[in-house]
Amino acid sequence: MAAPTVQRSAANPIRKKGKDLPFPLNLYQTAVGKKWVMAITGLMLLGFVLTHMLGNLKLYLGAVEHNGEAIWDIDLYGEFLRELLVPLFPRTYFLWLMRFGLIGAFGLHIHSAYSLTRMNQAAGSRYQSKQDWLAANFASRTMRVTGIIVALYLVFHLADLTWGWSFVSPEWERGEIYNNLGHSLARWWVGLIYIVANIALSVHIFHGTWSMFQSLGLNNPRWNNLRRLAAGGLAGAILIGNLSFPIAIMSGMIEPGDPEASISEG
Amino acid sequence: MSNTLNLTLQIWRQEGPNAAGRFETYEARDIPDDASFLEMLDVVNENLIEDGKVPIEFPHDCREGICGTCGVMINGRAHGQEKGTATCQLHMRKFSDGDTIAIEPWRAAAFPVVKDLVVDRSPLDAVIEAGGFITAPTGTAADANETPIPKEAADSAMDAAACIGCGACIAACPNSAGQLFTSAKLWHLNSLPQGQPERFKRTEAMVETMEQFFGSCTNHGECSEACPKEISLDFIAYMNRDYIKSKRVNRKLAGQR
Repeated sequence: MAAPTVQRSAANPIRKKGKDLPFPLNLYQTAVGKKWVMAITGLMLLGFVLTHMLGNLKLYLGAVEHNGEAIWDIDLYGEFLRELLVPLFPRTYFLWLMRFGLIGAFGLHIHSAYSLTRMNQAAGSRYQSKQDWLAANFASRTMRVTGIIVALYLVFHLADLTWGWSFVSPEWERGEIYNNLGHSLARWWVGLIYIVANIALSVHIFHGTWSMFQSLGLNNPRWNNLRRLAAGGLAGAILIGNLSFPIAIMSGMIEPGDPEASISEG
Repeated sequence: MSNTLNLTLQIWRQEGPNAAGRFETYEARDIPDDASFLEMLDVVNENLIEDGKVPIEFPHDCREGICGTCGVMINGRAHGQEKGTATCQLHMRKFSDGDTIAIEPWRAAAFPVVKDLVVDRSPLDAVIEAGGFITAPTGTAADANETPIPKEAADSAMDAAACIGCGACIAACPNSAGQLFTSAKLWHLNSLPQGQPERFKRTEAMVETMEQFFGSCTNHGECSEACPKEISLDFIAYMNRDYIKSKRVNRKLAGQR
């Protein structure tokens, strides 16, 4: 019998296990725990994206009569958000509470994605021949790219319509949601940014929604087909809703103006 | 009665773990189409030996699809293009005359190449050593059916136990993650009564050992497609569920440390 030509060594870990932090922080030290955090924060962000889209549908309700004054319905909705739980909290306090929750979720979502990407890069090794993908789809392969696009778009979107930076949207005025939207998205390059970013967002949501159940271990062979369907349906609904706004404004269906005039025109 | 094939092979050659590897091209002539993929490599090696050259080192043992020793990347797919088939059970009739076949070893940072197509898969052993066993009193074997097991649980455990530990899941994964292997080994024991006493200790230990060697799951599903035993992705979800639970349960067992 031939003697072995190569001496095999014991398996060498490519990563050392650090000291355990106290529970529940130690969950975030492992990849499975990080994926769990990513899924929970993803669910929070998904809830925001969905309600944000549904809220924006108020754009199509045009102007309404409120306390004897004409006002754009979406402006009224914006004021409602600022006055959420008002007798209990001072104005905008509850809104800020929710915002801090979202900022925290966004930060954790990005940090876990970053550190898991680093881990995967250290664990992987490229094939020299072309690898043939069987199950990985466009959405799952581009999560990092679509994620970065959405993060950059978020900064632009805030500068454009929340902070109203004058060099991004010169005609911006606080509280005038309908007109700010109408002025900003009427510019073709802004509309294009919104369309591209929202396609990226929906692609991201498609894989994220399906993946979330897997990471959380919310799995039952009986529901597996429904999970694909739910991911597709949710991503599709958000895509259609969010794309309709820039398209409606760019095509002139929604135009900025005076709500009084809009009502008297009928 | 069989037809023969003439093939062009591009095979990864590497003298040792630290040597630089490269593809070399070989002509495989008159390969009977009822030969297995490994038998085809045997024929190529016979010719190389006759020519006084060093034969190609490739991993193989039982050649009946149950030991998990064989496994190479064939045209960019782990174990080749046939679903649910290990390299040894892939037959040359699945190829056509004149094909060019690229053959590469498994690649992952934790799987260094030993020689040519052979990689060191000892990290898989390390994961098993961390908890892939049950502790049972020795003595005569327990009577059959002494421990009643629901049919569904037995079926599910058997589906997981089908894993032969070849490492195709890690080889096919873009992140070189070991989730499918580890979760199959976990569910094999965690779904049976015999595995319950150590269930959460096992889950925590095996997952954390796995993470010292492999990447993290991004839920592409490539592993399950590549698996010669078609192990389901569902086991990964069960593992994720048990792992989070283990962090809480093990802390209780350890007296709130």
